[in-house]
Amino acid sequence: MTDNLPDNGGYVAAAYLVFLALLLVYVAIMAIRLGRLERELTQLDELPDAADHAARERAREQAPA
Amino acid sequence: MTSLRILSLATVALLCGGFALAAFHAPMDANEGFVQKIFYLHVPLALVALGGFVFGAVAAVQHLRSGDPRHDLRSYVAIHLSLVLGIAVLVTGAIWAKASWGIWWEWREPMLVSFLIVFLLYCTYQPLRFSIEDREKQSRYASVFAVTAGAFVPLCFGAVRAAESYIHPQTFNSTDNLPGSMWLAFLVCLAGMTLLFVTLWRFEIAHKMTRARVRSLKRRLGGVDDPVVGRSAAPQLSSP
Repeated sequence: MTDNLPDNGGYVAAAYLVFLALLLVYVAIMAIRLGRLERELTQLDELPDAADHAARERAREQAPA
Repeated sequence: MTSLRILSLATVALLCGGFALAAFHAPMDANEGFVQKIFYLHVPLALVALGGFVFGAVAAVQHLRSGDPRHDLRSYVAIHLSLVLGIAVLVTGAIWAKASWGIWWEWREPMLVSFLIVFLLYCTYQPLRFSIEDREKQSRYASVFAVTAGAFVPLCFGAVRAAESYIHPQTFNSTDNLPGSMWLAFLVCLAGMTLLFVTLWRFEIAHKMTRARVRSLKRRLGGVDDPVVGRSAAPQLSSP
């Protein structure tokens, strides 16, 4: 690699790569958190449906045969 | 969300532009040669990290004055992000030191040691928060810490610049030791790094606010009650 770079070019590349790696790790952690939030939102989306279903079941049970 | 998208694009454009200017436009340093290109990454990182600590202190003052937990969250996220940047400062600085001076670290150099002290001081911020169970006390004590440590940052930095440097270069001690093209590349990199901090800060704030709203909605809908179990270092926004 250093054949194409000036003297000590490897150190410069290493410094910029460290920065890039840290940034990528940070973005990856944010993506994991976002995935967790999306799961919670999906749960939230399903809540009214579940409540409706439970209400219908209760009404059916209470209805005279 | 649109402003965050614009901010993200501006960050990428400025950072890429700054690094391109540093690589192709800024001249090679007469003393250090190509290794000096680390300057355009290391110095903006350090300045933005220190600025982030001070910003955390300002938000902590606002929290202490108003009692609004959102200011505590702003302070927490700023300090958290500055710590991440601080790691990058220490690592890139060590790489630059090895390339320029032949050593990874120099304990006699006030600039390096003072930054390490500030970094280690802020490393205790999260454990401090975690050690306090009561939410109200946690946010108030953390704000007091953020204000004290934040005031220490410019004091420490000023004292070190006023002191005799051992080997670390004093880049901005006069206006003529950096040519115009180097200044341009440096300023664009600094602007890009500042925007990167602001973008990540806003993303994290938006994430934490949204999570608090989702949890609050869950409770209000009477579904899964998902209270925070045990201790947490992160501030908890009260549910509406």
